[in-house]
Formats: sequence, C-alpha cells, structure tokens
Amino acid sequence: MNGAQDLGGQHGMGPVAPETDEPYFHAEWEKRALGLTLSCGAFAAWTIDESRHARESLPPATYLSASYYEIWTRALETLLKRHGFVSAAELAAGQMLEKGREPARILTADMVPAVLAKGAPCDRPVSAGPVFAAGDRVRTKNFNPETHTRLPRYARARTGIVEAVQGAFVFPDDNAHGKGENPQWVYTVVFDAGEIWGESADPTLTVSIDAWESYLERT
Amino acid sequence: MTSEDDMHNHDDHDDGHDNHFSDMQARVKALETILTQKGLIDPAAIDAIVETYETKIGPRNGAHVVAKAWSEPDFAEWLRNDATVAIASLGYTGRQGEHMRAVFNTPETHNLVVCTLCSCYPWAVLGLPPVWYKAPPYRSRAVIDPRGVLEEFGVTLPETKKIRVWDSTAELRYIVIPERPAGTESLGQEALADLVTRDSMIGTGLANPAGDAR
Repeated sequence: MNGAQDLGGQHGMGPVAPETDEPYFHAEWEKRALGLTLSCGAFAAWTIDESRHARESLPPATYLSASYYEIWTRALETLLKRHGFVSAAELAAGQMLEKGREPARILTADMVPAVLAKGAPCDRPVSAGPVFAAGDRVRTKNFNPETHTRLPRYARARTGIVEAVQGAFVFPDDNAHGKGENPQWVYTVVFDAGEIWGESADPTLTVSIDAWESYLERT
Repeated sequence: MTSEDDMHNHDDHDDGHDNHFSDMQARVKALETILTQKGLIDPAAIDAIVETYETKIGPRNGAHVVAKAWSEPDFAEWLRNDATVAIASLGYTGRQGEHMRAVFNTPETHNLVVCTLCSCYPWAVLGLPPVWYKAPPYRSRAVIDPRGVLEEFGVTLPETKKIRVWDSTAELRYIVIPERPAGTESLGQEALADLVTRDSMIGTGLANPAGDAR
C-alpha cells in the first residue's frame, strides 16, 4: 500500500539525530510492548506479514508521529481484535470482560530462549527454477496495490541489474492477507541512483532492493 | 475509522511529550493486564525476552563476527558465501537473523543498510535497533542522500568513494563488515572486536582507529 511507511526518498523528515550511548529502551512501557508483541506473535494466529500490514495501515499522521514501539502496540491491538483475542470494549475498560479465542500456543518463560534462538525462517522450497539469473537486466513493475507489498514506490518501474538469486521465500503480498505463503524466488536488484532519482542523483550511489520474482519483468 | 479506534486515538492530540509517554504507559499496561487475566501471556516470558535483548543479544555478537572475518580469511570467505551458516557457527542464530548476508566495505565501496518500509534489522548479531534506525529521517534519506546522512554521524567519505545502499525489503538481513583499521596487525580478535561499533556494522560509522583498542 502507498502508506506512510513507504518512506524512501521523502523529504522534510528532519535530521537523523543519532543519540550517544542510546539505551535499548527509553521507557518501561517499551520493554512491555516488545514482550507483548513477541508473546502474541507466538500465538501463531497471524504472520509477520500481516503484522507489518497492520502497522503500515495506521493513519499516516499517527504513523509518522509515533515511536516504533507505539506503532507496534497500536498494530497489536488491531491484530488482537481482528483475531478475536481481545475486544474493543476490553481495551477501553482495561480489563478482561469475556473469554476470547484460545491461541494455538502460549509463550511461557521457559520457552523463550529456544523460541528466540530458532526464529522463524521463511525460505521455502519451490518446484520451478528461478526465471532470472545474476547479470540479467530487469524492470520492476509499476503497480499500486492498496494491499501489502514490499516493492517500495521509489523502486517501481525502474530498470536495474539482478546481482544475486537469494532463494525462494514466502510471498508477503499474499501472506499478509491470508492468501497462503505462495513462495517465489527473491533477487537482489541493484539500480544506479540516476535511474531512481534522476539527473541530480549522486553519481557514486547505487541502491539495491530484494525483489520477489513477480515484481520483475525482463527488459 | 471505527468508534473504538477513535476512542483509542485520543492521545494523538496530546502535545506534551510526557503526557504522551504516560498515555502509552497506561495503554500498554492495560493490554498486558487484559492478556494476563485471560491467561494468554506469561508476564515472566516478557521479562525473559527483555532480559535477553538487554544482556545477551547485542552488537558484541556482530563485533565478534567482524573481528573473526578480519583475522581469518577462510571465515571471511565463508561469511561471503553463506553468512547465515558462518554466523550460526559462532552461536548467533534466531529471530531476525534467520537469513543473513554479510557485505564487505572495500577501499572502493562503502555499504549502508536501511529498511525504508519498516524496521528490518539483524537482531541476532546487532540486537534491537536504535530509535533513529526505525524513524522517518533515516528511512527516508538513506536511499537518496546517504552522504548527507553519514555527515550527521560524523562520517565524511571521499567524494570518489562509491556508496551502495541495501534496502532490506525482504527477509534477508544485512551486516556490514567494515574495513579493518590500519595498524591493527598485531591485535587479537578480542581487541579487534573492541574497535567494531554497532554503527560500523550498519554502515553509518567506521571501525574505530587502532589506538582505541584495549
């Protein structure tokens, strides 16, 4: 979706402002927000792609003014409501009012080391070989779905070179919307900055994205 | 927008930073309370997650990877060809490190990593990302004005140096292997790891000079 999350190349966002000796957390609630997000992810009721889509679906003004842990928290509320674990009335009351859905799995403290150490690999076997090879010239498609996609706007309808075939991975554009994993080959595609940003681009700059096969066509 | 969303968005209009933080404190507390009452979460699991990322998984992991790559050409080659497995051989695996790629700075090219679409970051080797990495200024500018971004980190690259920006749009997670500082030939891996900053593995910094070693 062409949401506030798609930030590449936007102007006016201000200086980066790195912090010296930045702490991992700036408030206690951020720690709880991290833990809640991971604990609820362990229900296996939604995918990481659906989570990302819930975050990018926040109203743009909210998204741009929120810290990332706030974005996570707001998206988590959406996901918990959508999947029947928590009701809007409960969120308003700050209390349990009814029994909700039972998750497939509840993360307990003893499970944490193994779950974090395992992660959630999302490479998948596919039957067909990759259509493109390293060195191929490709053009990204021009599309503007209202749904989830991982092709940023700045890299649409641009010509670049396939630098590497990275393997086959779950296709987020489908998986975010419960349409299945439908894995596809992923390629690192590199663009000259001039192709993306035009004449004023830094001539020493190249930018790459990792693109699913269906984002690409041969030129 | 539904009425319940309206209800929960009331704090969008707060203009006081402290008010906003206390609102978030209350909001997250409410969520944890509800989920605990329902038996859906284990508050001790949250403590364990936080402790893991505060004390066990952080940039020291990545610094170990870099120091080993600087010291052992075979490991550097392994990292180049199969970073996930090479890094896992040091015990660094798991969440947001499942599919790793190592990109090497050279005298000709400087690498910089960003996630313009969200906050993808190699947790297994660098830990939790800093606030600026997830915020709009870095995410918007890294792909169009990386030299300007680097200046804000105090890094000025030669005008002729090529810059390669890696936008983490898929599930591959990137670690930059910075150039080894001059004059470090006699240093062991532990001393070398001390020179490797978090930012140097994102590409917003360089490794510290040899004089900074223990």
